[in-house]
Parts: sequence; C-alpha cells; structure tokens
Amino acid sequence: MATITYREALNQALAEEISRDDQVVLMGEEVAQFKGSYKVSEGMLEKFGPDRIIDTPISEAAFSGLAVGAAMMGMRPVVEFMFWSFCYVAFDQIFNNAANVRYMSGGLINVPIVFRGPANGGTNVGATHSHTPENFAANTPGVKVICPATPADAKGMLKSAIRDNDPVCMMENTILYNLQGEVPEEDEFLVPLGKANVIREGKDLSIIAHGKSVHTALQVAETLEEKHRVSVEVVDLRSIRPLDVETILSSVRKTNRVLLVEENKPFCGVDAQIAFIIQDQAFDHLDAPVKRVSAIDVPQAYSKTLESFQIPDHDRVLAKAMELL
Amino acid sequence: MEGLHHDTNLDEEKTASKPKDATHPSGPESSVEGDGAAPEVVEDKPDTPAAVSQPKDSVAPDEPEQVVGSEEEESDVFANKAANQNLSPGSKIELYEQMVRIRRFEERSLRAYQQGHIGGFLHLYIGQEAVAVGSVSAMSKDDHVITAYRDHGHALAVGMDMDECMAELFGKKTGCSKGKGGSMHFFAPDKNFWGGHGIVGGQTPLGLGMAYALKFNKKKGACLCFMGDGATNQGPFYESLNLASLWNLPVIYIIENNGYSMGTAEARHSAGEPLARRGDAFDIEWSVSHGHDLYEVRHTISEALERAHAESRPSVLEIITYRYRGHSVADPDQTYRSKEEIEEYKKSKDPISLFKEKLLKEGHLTEEVAADIDKRAKEEAEASAEFAQASPFPEPEELMDDVYWETDNPEEKKSSGTMFFETI
Repeated sequence: MATITYREALNQALAEEISRDDQVVLMGEEVAQFKGSYKVSEGMLEKFGPDRIIDTPISEAAFSGLAVGAAMMGMRPVVEFMFWSFCYVAFDQIFNNAANVRYMSGGLINVPIVFRGPANGGTNVGATHSHTPENFAANTPGVKVICPATPADAKGMLKSAIRDNDPVCMMENTILYNLQGEVPEEDEFLVPLGKANVIREGKDLSIIAHGKSVHTALQVAETLEEKHRVSVEVVDLRSIRPLDVETILSSVRKTNRVLLVEENKPFCGVDAQIAFIIQDQAFDHLDAPVKRVSAIDVPQAYSKTLESFQIPDHDRVLAKAMELL
Repeated sequence: MEGLHHDTNLDEEKTASKPKDATHPSGPESSVEGDGAAPEVVEDKPDTPAAVSQPKDSVAPDEPEQVVGSEEEESDVFANKAANQNLSPGSKIELYEQMVRIRRFEERSLRAYQQGHIGGFLHLYIGQEAVAVGSVSAMSKDDHVITAYRDHGHALAVGMDMDECMAELFGKKTGCSKGKGGSMHFFAPDKNFWGGHGIVGGQTPLGLGMAYALKFNKKKGACLCFMGDGATNQGPFYESLNLASLWNLPVIYIIENNGYSMGTAEARHSAGEPLARRGDAFDIEWSVSHGHDLYEVRHTISEALERAHAESRPSVLEIITYRYRGHSVADPDQTYRSKEEIEEYKKSKDPISLFKEKLLKEGHLTEEVAADIDKRAKEEAEASAEFAQASPFPEPEELMDDVYWETDNPEEKKSSGTMFFETI
C-alpha cells in the first residue's frame, strides 16, 4: 500500500491502462501540454506521446462524438471533461449515441468508452460550472455511472471502467483531488462497478452517500458517536448504475433508520430513487421515515457564503440525523 | 437560377468541380416565397398509418420515364473518367440493378406503411439512389459508411439484404436490429456500415471518429459520412469540420442536398451558397456535383477517397439530388413544393432512367434485361414483405437484451448490483 492523492490515483490508473492496451487513449481539453486542467495527466504526454495523450480544441460535441465513433470501431477512448458541466454541449453524443447504439443495433455494436471529469459544486465557480449530472446520466439506460469517493476507488474503478465494454460516466470531484489515501500498488488492482462499500460499520443509523458526501457523512458519524453515543453506519455507494441495492437494504435492515445524503439537487436526484427502493423493499424494517439531505434546490450560487449553505455540510446533515434518533 | 450553387468568386483551383447547372429543378427562389408563414405541417407526427392521407396516385411506383438527353456530353465526360472507364459491363449492370432494387424496396415499404405494417416514420430515398449506390461502389475494403435517418438506400447499397431491412421496418425479431432500431437505425458493422442515425447532424462527429480510428490503426481507409442539407446547420458539423482538418482525418462529408430540410427549402434554411463552401473556412477541399448521374457520383467520391487514402485529408462534397416523396410518409408534401417541380425532376433527372439510357446507348443493357432486372427487384421486394409479415415479433423479455454488453454476457460479467430498475 502506498499513500497517494486521489489525483495521483487517477494518473496511475490511466498510465497503467494506456500501457496495457494499445487502443486506450486519453483526450480532452488541456490534457497533454498543459498536463490537465487539474493536473490529473501530469507527465503522461512525456511518457506516452501525442498519439495517446491528445489535446483537443474546446469542442466537446466533436471530440466526444469522435471518441464514440472510435469506440464503435473498437478503440477504448477516455474522454476527460474539464468539468462534467461541459457535457451539456455534447449531450447528444453521450446520451443518444453512446448510450443507444448498442440497443438500436440489436447488440451488434459496443461502445467501450469512459467519460470522466469533475462534477461538483463548492468551488465558487457559479451555476454553469457546478453541475452534478449523475442523476440524469443514470436515468439513461445504456450508460453506467460511478462516483468514487476515495483514492483507492478512483484508481480501481477507473481501471475497471476502461476495461468495461459499455459506456461509463465517471464523476469525480475537484475538492477530492488532493485527498490522500492508501492505494494498493499491484497492476491488477480493480474495484468492480456496482459494489457499495460499508466504509464505517454501525448499528443505530445508516447514512447512505456518494462522492464527497461520503466524507461529510463520516464526520457526522464521528460527532454522533462522540457526543451522542450513536453508532452510525456509512455506506459509500461508489457506483450509481449499477446500484448495489443489496448492500443498501442490508444496512437498512440492520439499523432500521436511514439518512440519504447527496450534493445533487433533490428533484429526481439519485436519492429519490434510493428512497423509493428502501420503502418498497424494506418498509417493514423502518422505524422512522427515510430522511434526506441534498443541495438546496436553486441554481448553484457563486458567493462562498451562499454556496456553503447550499451544499450539505456537517451541521445540516447532523441536524437531519438528529430528527431520526 | 443558373449558377446558383457556384456564384462565388472563390479560387477555382480550390474546388474539385463546380458544375454549371447543379441546382434543383425550380431553384430555391421559386420553391417557397418568403412571406414568413410557416408551412401548415412541418413536423413528423406519430400518426397512425390510417391517419396518413396520401393522394391516390402516390401509391403508384415512381416509374422511370423516358429522359430527353440534354446531359449527353456531360455524361460522356464522367463515363470516361478513371473511376468509370474500367467498369466492366457486368459491374455497370449491377450498379443499375442496385438502384432499381432500392427503388422497388422503398415502394414496397411505402405500401406496407400504408397498410399499417410499419409504425413511426418512414423516410424514403426514392430519387436519390445514384448517390448511395455510386458512392458505396467506389469504396475499398477499409472504407466505412455512416449516414442519417434516410438510410435504406445506403443499407442496401452496402449489401444488407431486403429481408432483414423490411423485417426491421415491420418491427420483427428477424430485422437487422431485432426490431429495436426501426427505419432510421439500420446497422451492419460486418459490412462497414455504422448506421442509420436519427438526430440531424448527430452522426457527423461519429463519422469523424471512425476516420480517426482508421488513421490511429494505420488503415488505408476513409469514412463516408452522409448527411442532408439540413444537417449543415447543426453545430457539431462545424466542430467536426474543424477537427477533421486540424487532425488531417480521412473523413468525407457527403451532403446529399435534396433541396429541403424537411419542408424548408434551402433558400429558407441556409445562408451562403453553396453549402459545401462551408468547408473552405476550414481549408477543406469541397465540391458541388450532380447526384442524378451515377458516373459523376463515382468520379466525385473516388477523387475524395484518393485524397483521404493518399493524403489523409477530409472533403466536403455537396451532391445535388432530389427526393420524390415527402420528408417522411407522414409529410403531406403539398405545402412547400409543387407537384410540377417533382414531375419536372422525374422527367429530366431521374437517376435510374438516366443510367439506363446510358447503358442502352453503350450497348451494355437491353430493354429485355432491364425489364428482367425490374421484375426481379419487385419480386425480391415483395418476398421481403412476405418474409417480414411471416416473421415473429420479438418476445417481451427481449426488451431487456442488447442494452449493456455486460448484461448480455453474464458469464463474463465483472460488475455486480442492479442494472435495471423496472423490468419485465
């Protein structure tokens, strides 16, 4: 095990898979000479050359669609979005073309592609750059959606995503890029998609979260343990589609109380689906209604003060947890 | 009207060819006068087949008519170009047969639509046959094709058979996409045919990606990316042109300009003619040529393929053509163009009649052989409708197949968890 950052974990995953498979390329804005807008691809141009690490113009529809076309022909492109917010100008290429080609061709064509990049608020960049589209990506059958929260998962899940024969949307978080964590060093370290991680065991309350919310949940669990002697279980979803329904349900059956936390907006958000599944399949195990904390339901605010109110933080999650106890 | 598509002062050397009469029969000026009124019906509606009203005579096949030979000199020029001079008589007859087969297939599918066997949209290719057949016939082994939703002609031209195509239209299990794609989404990757795409202009970056993959893997191949005139106004097309030129990608954008983007005539949808000139802004070779002359299409495409293979450079080829039927069958086709306009094109520029005349003159075809080809094409189309009719519909549980590679290949599945949230 080595302790590295989330950013370094992504870099290792990309480098290992590009070395392993000659059909894997990384393309996107500023990924090569600039070393990545968030330095995820630092050193990779020097190592792999411009045929494998490809700077694109600011032209998401063209390079996303180009990568989908190349994937249909058998390549395995990794497309980096500087922000997932920018996928909106390439929406047709991802959610019509990549997502539907397999189905519409009766299974004749696969699209082994990864779209990845940060999808988060909290950095005071305003509404256009702060989208968290995991919910509507996951609303599209044909794509898979993952949101790793730790350096180990960032590496292991990105490697799995690149080897996956279906389109994968991987949503990262700029605030997590400097997060340090232990990551296994072997080349074949793979974290399968669709497997949630019970990151903290507990017996009184389940907090289910994904992405950066997992870390907020862990802080709240600490507080509840220390100040209120409440034992909190934290489930890190890791993957949105496929979704580890079994792990969610077994945690609910164990604690009988559940709080869902996400930085996504609430309406038709990921947790809306999860709340439905819980009431549908574990109703008799609930001692309280399912509660939920999400981003405040307005466009993402610029001002630091406003945005810090908007995104679920320790105190807001704690207050909601207390309602359940 | 004369010279409409080439009335520019651009450097002649920059363009491959600029025919003097590459215009639509009536020209945009006369097609719809600009009072700004929207046509009454401009959108495809998911009409039930019964609700689609067709003029009685519209069911009649588009019979090739005798053509008065004003194109004679020009056609000789293209017949003698490198792309065509070595064509064997047998190959020429085969190309003729391909066009006839496409037309008879389309006519039969129209009947099936009117009989209620085909749902949704049906965008017919009748009138444009020489473009797909001429283009595809110029391809080599590593060349690939992608197109938009008016895809039946291209599908048959690459060698898909009528049965799988007709069955797909009928929504049957035996269709090329198992009944999951429909008219707009035919695919045959084993024949280098990558669809069949429903969103106007949405395939233009995909074609770029195919060219990129060919170049990345050092294949001597190109991607022919077909599109309509309406698609030239979609943003991704320009983004694709920029990357195609910037990265020297062997993609050939073929604008099948049939004069109308649905019911909106070119003069009402596009500023700056000819459309292909838009390639010039990106230093891409462009040309405008006729789509009614199969020899000319083959010549134009062959030059672009040569440029793609030898120099890895893209092209934008505007090929002037015409569709005899509406944008789709649900299109009443009365609001935006005149019957006379359609009749005029059929009479003077029908690609099948023109090619037949040439082959008769060249002595490669006889009326008897032509009649036999036509008879066989009709029989093949009829048989495909019978095949489609007799084929089973997909079972409800097949809804769940073909979404993800992984769920179709459970023995090799690496992920876990729930993939579908409402199932059969």
